[in-house]
Amino acid sequence: MLKITDLKKSYGKGEPVLKGLNLTTDERRLTAIIGSSGAGKSTLLRCINRLVPANSGKIELDGVNILDLHGQQLQHTRRQIGMIFQAYNLVDRLTVMENVLAGRLGYVGMLRGILRRFPQEDVDRAYALLQRVGLSQYVNKRCDTLSGGERQRVGCARALMQNPRILLADEPTASLDPKTSERIMELIAGITDELDLPVLINLHNVPQATTYADRILGLRHGVMIFDGNPGDLTEDWLEKIYAGYEDDLKKQMRVAPQEQDDE
Amino acid sequence: MNDNTNSVSPSLLAGDHFDWVRYSRKQRLARSFGYVAAAVLLYWALSTVDIFWPWVRTAPAQLGDMMFRMFPPSLEKLNPILYALVESINIAVLGTIVAVVLALPVAYLGAQTVTPNRVTLWLARVIIVATRSVDTIIWALIFVAILGPGPLAGILAVAFRSIGFLGKLIAEAIEEIDWGPVEAMQAAGASRAHIVTYAIVPQVVPSFWAITILRWDINIRESTVLGLVGAGGIGLIFQGAIDTFKWNTVSLVLIVIVMVVFAGELVTGIVRRKLL
Ligand SMILES: Nc1ncnc2c1ncn2[C@@H]1O[C@H](COP(=O)(O)OP(=O)(O)O)[C@@H](O)[C@H]1O
Ligand SMILES: [Mg+2]
Repeated sequence: MLKITDLKKSYGKGEPVLKGLNLTTDERRLTAIIGSSGAGKSTLLRCINRLVPANSGKIELDGVNILDLHGQQLQHTRRQIGMIFQAYNLVDRLTVMENVLAGRLGYVGMLRGILRRFPQEDVDRAYALLQRVGLSQYVNKRCDTLSGGERQRVGCARALMQNPRILLADEPTASLDPKTSERIMELIAGITDELDLPVLINLHNVPQATTYADRILGLRHGVMIFDGNPGDLTEDWLEKIYAGYEDDLKKQMRVAPQEQDDE
Repeated sequence: MNDNTNSVSPSLLAGDHFDWVRYSRKQRLARSFGYVAAAVLLYWALSTVDIFWPWVRTAPAQLGDMMFRMFPPSLEKLNPILYALVESINIAVLGTIVAVVLALPVAYLGAQTVTPNRVTLWLARVIIVATRSVDTIIWALIFVAILGPGPLAGILAVAFRSIGFLGKLIAEAIEEIDWGPVEAMQAAGASRAHIVTYAIVPQVVPSFWAITILRWDINIRESTVLGLVGAGGIGLIFQGAIDTFKWNTVSLVLIVIVMVVFAGELVTGIVRRKLL
């Protein structure tokens, strides 16, 4: 479905961040990408939906090379790729419902979008998603009144509103306290399981990756050095993936202590 | 400090000899030169503007005399004054509205983060600088020449003067938004128009109102002088009263203007507090 071939990316004249990366999604649903900070995890996800331009290679979604697309074609492909962000990226001054419906903008016409006149079925679906993520009582609340965990739930609903073929998540729990972070991971894993939606997720937390992922990729300096099942991720492999970044690894091995959450 | 703690200081009451100079020799030389240059400049400026000194000497007496003749303010012309005042306020309001409509596209093109390309960015910058560097009264003279005297010339003068101010500040507000929501909309496949209405406009709205109200407040003040060049409003009555030596009317006009400016300030303060 998603097939990445020899993807290369560098920012400006700097060191290459991705050095000829290959990756094919398979029947395993939730793929976690781990690696030290600066390894290129965010860059990889952002190349896939063209938030940053890649230098060379191919990224094919159902056979179409995303890197070749322009204008409306690009918009149409982007709406098939949902994304969840570390900083949620909601519009604070809009309501929960408006933020969720914004996930539908790629599908509605210009005037309908501007006037916020979404088709009734979109509104129905947005409400159903809000019920699923547990925020249906907040439909008309402004997003800047929500807690971090609640915001990320809105972020999930917005991404799912696109009816995506694949979901990308860039450290969706990194800004949350440990317990809320677990809840959000459960939500993402649960909901994508119900929808049978493939997920590419960058994680900064190794225990979370081994708990929730069906497949784990280890990225190091822009090269994929590990690709296997969670059970295959041995201490040895972790040391290789994080060599030189042991502090990073120690931080990322922390398991959620039972403490108060912010929801 | 460190040197002192090492050497044995005789007493904290007297202290050793310490040579202290604030400026180095070179700095002192430069400063002296600066003073001389400033004095020369001042002399040159005064000698070119051709001041008639006897009039300056009698100014205090003239001022006292004028104050005397201004008092008490005459209510005789109150009606036309209030009418002209409303016209001035309306010139400010309509001028601000026209300016906002014209400034929004300029702000969009002038914001580095959203402008389509270099050319549009420079186009916007040229418009901003051009309208800002020409004063309202000059714009009024231009529009009176084109359209003839009257409030329409005043409205356009206020509007054109304000485009640069509004355009620049709104462009800055656009540049300061959180870019995250924009990326989220892009990632969802939204078009440019949708990104503007969903991710940019909501974030700019509070600054937009604050900036617009600020400009409206300035425009109230600017509109009171437009009558002097025939562009409508209370300035016309003011000039007429001075020309015919009706000092009691002049003083009433001044009082009314001060009150309106004060009221504008008040309204601005209240609205701004509501916004933030
Ligand atoms: N917009 C950018 N401009 C320049 N360099 C960047 C940019 N984004 C990321 N980088 C650099 O690319 C490298 C990889 O970053 P990133 O993909 O964010 O890694 P990760 O998500 O694994 O922490 C880092 O060295 C980072 O400094
Ligand atoms: Mg990252």
